[in-house]
Amino acid sequence: MFAYTVKRLFQMLFVLWAVSVLVFLMMSFTGDPVYMVVRIDATDAEVENARRILGLDRSLPEQYWFFLTNLMQGEFGNSYVFRQPALDLIVERLPATLEIVLVAMAIAAIVAIPLGVFAGANPGHPVSRFIMSGSLLGISLPGFWVGMMLIYVLAVELRLFPSSGRGETLEFLGIRTSLLTANGWHHILLPAITLSFGTTAIILRITRAGMMEVMRQDYIRFARAKGASRRGVLYGHGLRNGMIPVVTIFGLQLGDLIAFATITETIFAWPGMGKLLIDSIYRADRPVIVVYLMLVALIFVVVNFVVDLLYTMIDPRITVK
Amino acid sequence: MAATFLKSQFVFNWRRNPPAILGTLILVVCTGLVVFGPFLVRQNPYDLTQLNLMDSFLPPAWLDGGNPAYLLGTDGQGRDLVAAIVHGARISALIGLSAMALACTIGTTLGLIAGFYGGRVDALIMRVADVQLSFPSMLIALFLMSAFGTGIDKVLIALTAVGWVVYARTVRGSTLGEVQKEYVQAARVAGLSNARIIVKHVLPNVLTPLIVIATVQVGTFILIEASLSFLGVGVPITQPSLGLLIKNGFDVLFSGLWWTSVFPGLMIMAMVFGINLLGDFLRDELNPRLK
Repeated sequence: MFAYTVKRLFQMLFVLWAVSVLVFLMMSFTGDPVYMVVRIDATDAEVENARRILGLDRSLPEQYWFFLTNLMQGEFGNSYVFRQPALDLIVERLPATLEIVLVAMAIAAIVAIPLGVFAGANPGHPVSRFIMSGSLLGISLPGFWVGMMLIYVLAVELRLFPSSGRGETLEFLGIRTSLLTANGWHHILLPAITLSFGTTAIILRITRAGMMEVMRQDYIRFARAKGASRRGVLYGHGLRNGMIPVVTIFGLQLGDLIAFATITETIFAWPGMGKLLIDSIYRADRPVIVVYLMLVALIFVVVNFVVDLLYTMIDPRITVK
Repeated sequence: MAATFLKSQFVFNWRRNPPAILGTLILVVCTGLVVFGPFLVRQNPYDLTQLNLMDSFLPPAWLDGGNPAYLLGTDGQGRDLVAAIVHGARISALIGLSAMALACTIGTTLGLIAGFYGGRVDALIMRVADVQLSFPSMLIALFLMSAFGTGIDKVLIALTAVGWVVYARTVRGSTLGEVQKEYVQAARVAGLSNARIIVKHVLPNVLTPLIVIATVQVGTFILIEASLSFLGVGVPITQPSLGLLIKNGFDVLFSGLWWTSVFPGLMIMAMVFGINLLGDFLRDELNPRLK
């Protein structure tokens, strides 16, 4: 177990390094950031000066070395647009993004797991068929379009929810969150439901598949034979074993949710880091894009690592090599 | 040939599977619209001389103020939505299909090479695949597009870069199994070149699982492309796909002009839903283990 953990830690570092090279190369070959920082009517000398200050006059390997050493020290440079440290900008917006991602994840779990268990335990039932067609429809819908429809019906026409923005926030343990105020929840529901759509459909399908696999096993038949109640068999024996693949999917979905949050945040004008990324892409604000990508890469790598470890803990049959 | 196919187990099961029939019907209608639609609508939505600004933002024909000439209404430039959707669906479908073909070709080739030769080549290809798989496709595509800028060709590159991995992994897995089998050893003994063994003997035996992956991937690609275009980093405004039509509709949604975004979205939904229904059926059919 220890050897495995160490090996995985090295793998994580390798992945992060590979991402840093890719990010650096992509950034180097696209556009010239000098024109982002100088005045529009700058003289050639001013442009050259700015180039030297940014270190863009050096060779590519040299630039990469600076990039990497700065990265190690958490020094990502200032945003060209906000003239503030790019890292601060992202970190400031991180709670808002994690907030909708977590609420979306919770909605997905609450909706998907009971439905998936039902559909998996009663495969031939008409209601199961309906659930499965519904989930297939959920996968087939563009998430951003669902969000727009929710905005139109619930916010524009019925005026039940605000159409955009984040509500009141409260500071808790140094983090500003809108999950502690009623107004905050009022604002977060629509974006979170929008974001949860695809994940709900996927988790539902995985839960169902897991349950169907488990319900065929001998120990389920045996539990029934010994006279355990239907509910007891379903939740005590079935669900516990059927949930193993679901745990992994939750981990993987976390990554997808962070990625899709960029779109949801754009639609709902939610002040998270996803919206900042899209805005920064429009403005070619390189330092912010770099921080976002490296931070998200870090999150993914850590989540994958944790999921792998959890996997072995939940299912003792799996041993790590 | 055709008669044998019609009597096959495959067709027999298909006829008894309502979702599969529904999916096929949806896809047939969508294909018809995409292929023949542009010739059937009376307006070329991108020929400015055919647009009339006086007709802008007309609601669908069945609503007050609707014009029977514009069944689903018009957008801000007086463009017939039916025509815009038919043209947009064509761009979306073309991107989805071509990107799938590219990803499948490249992924299968790399998977065959990795599985057949093993060793360092295998380790390199699979390491790259692993790193890539730890990131969501949407994020990779978004990142690539933000570096490349807009354009259909760039969307194709981004989608291919995102999609090859799943083929490479699947094909490598099956290839590892196939090379152990006697027919491959026999082909080796017969002195056939590696290239010939891979293409003529191994390839046909690893193709079946790819059918399902490829089918479902077209739908996924259509959705990713729509999301990219919605964010403004996908197709250029001169070649609007369904995603870009929705984006244009979003800008006026708050004014209550819902039809400009609702109908393109329904079109995407129909296309992808049809693909997924058929994909589900194929998955059950081609994977005997599940029966």
